[in-house]
Amino acid sequence: MAMNHDTSSSENSAGNQVQLRQLQPSFSSRFKEFFIRHLQVFFYSLGLLSRSPFSTLMTAAALGIALALPAGLYVILDHAKQLSGDFDSINQISLFMKKEVSEKTVKTIQKTLEKYPEIAQVKHISREDALKEFQENSGFGDALKALKKNPLPHLLVVYPSLIHSEPEQINALLAKLKQIKQVDIVQLDIQWLQRLYAIIHIGQRGILIIGGLLALAVLLIIGNTIRLAIENRRKEIVVIKLIGGTDSFIRRPFLYTGFWYGLFGSLIAVLLVNISLIIMNDPLTHLSSLYGSNLFSLGLMGIQTSSTLLLSGCLLGLLGARLAVGKHLKEIEPK
Amino acid sequence: MILFDQVSKRYEGGNEALSNVNFHLHPGEMAFLTGHSGAGKSTLLKLIALIERATTGNVIVGGKNLNKVSRHTLPYLRRNIGIIFQDYQLLYDRTVFDNVALPLIIGGFSSREVKKRVHAALDKVGLLRFEKKYPITLSGGEQQRVSIARAVVNKPALLLADEPTGNLDPDLSREIMDLFLAFNQVGVTVLIATHDIPLINQLDKRIVHLSHGQLLTVEE
Repeated sequence: MAMNHDTSSSENSAGNQVQLRQLQPSFSSRFKEFFIRHLQVFFYSLGLLSRSPFSTLMTAAALGIALALPAGLYVILDHAKQLSGDFDSINQISLFMKKEVSEKTVKTIQKTLEKYPEIAQVKHISREDALKEFQENSGFGDALKALKKNPLPHLLVVYPSLIHSEPEQINALLAKLKQIKQVDIVQLDIQWLQRLYAIIHIGQRGILIIGGLLALAVLLIIGNTIRLAIENRRKEIVVIKLIGGTDSFIRRPFLYTGFWYGLFGSLIAVLLVNISLIIMNDPLTHLSSLYGSNLFSLGLMGIQTSSTLLLSGCLLGLLGARLAVGKHLKEIEPK
Repeated sequence: MILFDQVSKRYEGGNEALSNVNFHLHPGEMAFLTGHSGAGKSTLLKLIALIERATTGNVIVGGKNLNKVSRHTLPYLRRNIGIIFQDYQLLYDRTVFDNVALPLIIGGFSSREVKKRVHAALDKVGLLRFEKKYPITLSGGEQQRVSIARAVVNKPALLLADEPTGNLDPDLSREIMDLFLAFNQVGVTVLIATHDIPLINQLDKRIVHLSHGQLLTVEE
């Protein structure tokens, strides 16, 4: 019977019947289950990884090394920046006044300069104070006492404010100070500072490039690992598709797998960077002590840097997995 | 429940698996699909489950024209259909319970509900005592019953089976067939592709015969 049947009425009622008889969980139950399932898949994917601890560790270590390199360079550069920041306090400009300039004029100039926004502080060292200091520290004390006239000029020490301590701004300030006609000599050796800044800039660019390339490497490593995982579970994917699993359901465990890889990889990276810092700390402290300074001492990675590293690891893991799953899941269909 | 309206299916390479098939299966009906190997039985079932799409014509399942079902809505359509395969398609790294539970987990049921329904389905196929075993430790007939339990666990309105007794001896085949009869009795529409003619001749059900992609006889 029922050959060449027309499509209309009886099929529609049959359709309704299907809808009615289909077993459906309630909305609130679905909503709640959604989170529970996510949590289950979250730990299920962790369980899958723990079934092959060695290969998981290998992949995570590869990710860790790829992440540790830019992170480690960043930490070192960050310290170098702090170092140059410490030198900002030495970033001072000496204004030697012409000899005939009176103390009163010097005070007026000091007051004017203190109003400049790019100047944090101006210190006046009077010629008498300078002479006294020189007598005490130079060892020529008695000889100087023999002088009838104080040979030293008034000195104004200008401290540029920190937000204006970039080399170009310092140069601009210098030019301005030179135009004061009572000033004899403006003195600042900032070439070394400019060079340090230039090196830091190169370093920053370098880290950007290395970081970008290694982030790409992380994406590729995770993408490839997930692709293998998908291939290994091909049959499972086919079965799930056959019984009505949506793409997002199938995707989920792989995305969480990517997340775990990213997390483990970045944890290893944090460990590697900190170990390297500890190893390098002693020789660096020694080196800086030879310069009579205790400025350059590497601590451990800060909480902020560590959490940024962990976060980017997890995000890269998710992204790599998402890319791989998006590409390969469509290729697997029941036949 | 199932309507084929002038359906043809041509595979790439020009092999026409089905030509101009018209066929109607009513809700609550049970029918057998027979024919030689390559007659198009599997293709017909695949069109219903949207594993393949018709080249021309309309396939309507449960009131839905499958030509209009997108990739995105396809999974929801499949949840209305329980499919049983000759090779069972079980997952061997999961227990019997987990295999049967899969459709319910996909559907988003609560753990309590999942447990209840999986037990009911396993009880129906007589395998409740095996719930913690792995499928590989079971016999072929038992594995096929696990796959039937999985197919019926979310109470679909339609059951499709492709050679469900293909790997089984006559006694086991009869047991499996009795299960399908029992599901049909409670109102499930059942379509089974098989070439076990002696077995289905014992049963008083409609037989649809395919030959070279064409529908030959429709026996009541």
